[in-house]
Amino acid sequence: MLWGYRAYVLAFFIFLAAPLLSAATFAFNDSLFPALPWQGFTLSWFFGDTEPKLGMFYDRRLISGLYYSFIIAVMVSLLTVFIGTCNAFLFVRKDFPGKNFFYILMIVPLVIPGVILGISILVLASSAANGLENQFNFELELLRPGIFLVVLGQISFTATITSLVIAAKLKKFDITMEEAALNLGASTNRVLWTVTLPFLRSAMIAAGIVAFLVSFENFNTTLFLVGSESPLTITMFDRVHKVGSTPVLNAVSFFLMVGSGLLAILSIFVQRDKSARN
Amino acid sequence: MQKDIKRLSLILLFAPFALWITLLILLPHIGMVVLSLREKVAPRVYEYGFANYIEFFNEPIYWNTLIRTGSMSLLVTVLALIIGFPIAYYIAKIAGPRMRGALFLLCLIPLWVSDLIRAFGWILLLRETGVISSFLQWLGILSGPIEMLYNDVTVIIGLVYTVILFMIVPLASTLDGMDNSMIEAGYNLGGRGSTVLRRIIIPYAMPGIASGCIIVFMLTAGSYLTPILLGGKNSSWFTEQIYDQFITRYNWESGAAFGMLLLAFTSIVVWLGLKLTGQTLANTVTKT
Repeated sequence: MLWGYRAYVLAFFIFLAAPLLSAATFAFNDSLFPALPWQGFTLSWFFGDTEPKLGMFYDRRLISGLYYSFIIAVMVSLLTVFIGTCNAFLFVRKDFPGKNFFYILMIVPLVIPGVILGISILVLASSAANGLENQFNFELELLRPGIFLVVLGQISFTATITSLVIAAKLKKFDITMEEAALNLGASTNRVLWTVTLPFLRSAMIAAGIVAFLVSFENFNTTLFLVGSESPLTITMFDRVHKVGSTPVLNAVSFFLMVGSGLLAILSIFVQRDKSARN
Repeated sequence: MQKDIKRLSLILLFAPFALWITLLILLPHIGMVVLSLREKVAPRVYEYGFANYIEFFNEPIYWNTLIRTGSMSLLVTVLALIIGFPIAYYIAKIAGPRMRGALFLLCLIPLWVSDLIRAFGWILLLRETGVISSFLQWLGILSGPIEMLYNDVTVIIGLVYTVILFMIVPLASTLDGMDNSMIEAGYNLGGRGSTVLRRIIIPYAMPGIASGCIIVFMLTAGSYLTPILLGGKNSSWFTEQIYDQFITRYNWESGAAFGMLLLAFTSIVVWLGLKLTGQTLANTVTKT
């Protein structure tokens, strides 16, 4: 009975790993197609600099996609950690009328489909841009599809995630530590910078990493807001969708798996290390 | 003085929240509602009314796609629960403490790999020249290549794969909080395995089941990549219709109406799910 159960669990984890393994393995196959038979090991899908085996680091569109994704993810992660920290203090420390209602408003973005967030922001930004153009004959390029709108679209729901992560940590804070510092004559500002924020630092870093990863892999919201500067997921989708895929996409997949795996482990490590010391 | 500082700090903390929610959530959705109620009657002349919604109900292709998306999402949710529950139970209750952490981590790792790469991996496995087809031919089970992409079964497998982690994580964390003695007591009182499962374990896990199902349903109904890539031309997923109206046909008015319908549909299902299980939205989301 238990053996059957274990076999089921094992089968499940094989199911979980299979597509990831197949996406990663063919990055090293010395063939023009990501398919069997195995033609021998190669690294040219990473470092090859000539057609037809142009490696990912020499593929200009993939590299610029990687660059835009990185820029977008850094901006999203910094801004959402800022919003998340403010929200954590607002909902954990403050009392104000309608607090429950606002708390639900804060959570709602997570249960709105990403596609809807994308089109609604596109609609608002475009009508604002059109309005400016018609009324004042002033073209605000920022409100047309492009990096700025992608960042806004991703913030719209990522801010909820960072708020929840940071608020959960702030709830565990022992308020007497602040009181002790205040009694010893520290100013409120000083207490914030030397006692409270250092306590929150691990959660803020972890939230930032999560936001970075969520932004980097986001597709649904980005799809509607993207301009000429396509981030990596959009560039890759175009290639997968319009046949002609070569193992260079496997190389990118492998690269992203390793990268995000390391970041995810780092975020767990940051949180664990801190909680062990407290 | 002290009171003024308190007020000021409240306002300062409230400002980023208000900006975020107003500019990125409330105003865009109001804008979308307004746009969906607008109809172009001549160039630069618009009328307001329900024409875009009426068009949706008059055209069977549109509402059939929504019904299809909804029913397939329900099926995916049920399958994810049935497949995921034993895994979550194993992680929370059967595995040793060391193993538990490792399995939990294993569950989380694919979460950080984008849907795109996972769908790409499935394509490499399942297509005509893919790994499974070649392998079966090599074994001699198949005489010629077989195409396993572009059908509903594949789309459902792909979707279950993409969302199942969002089912397992809340389930495992709920079951983890359950005292083992409750299960033992059930057995000691003469309950059989199935009785213990039905009368003790499932009721206890209900908050986790509710939050897993709600998140999974929402993600599935709103997904775009997996149905398109694994289902191909005939996937007819509702988000594809929205994309089509917005980008291909440039008919933003009806695209906005479709968006509102999808939002209304998922919201109603989420609301029903919360009501039926007696959970609140705040509890549900913080589980994941």
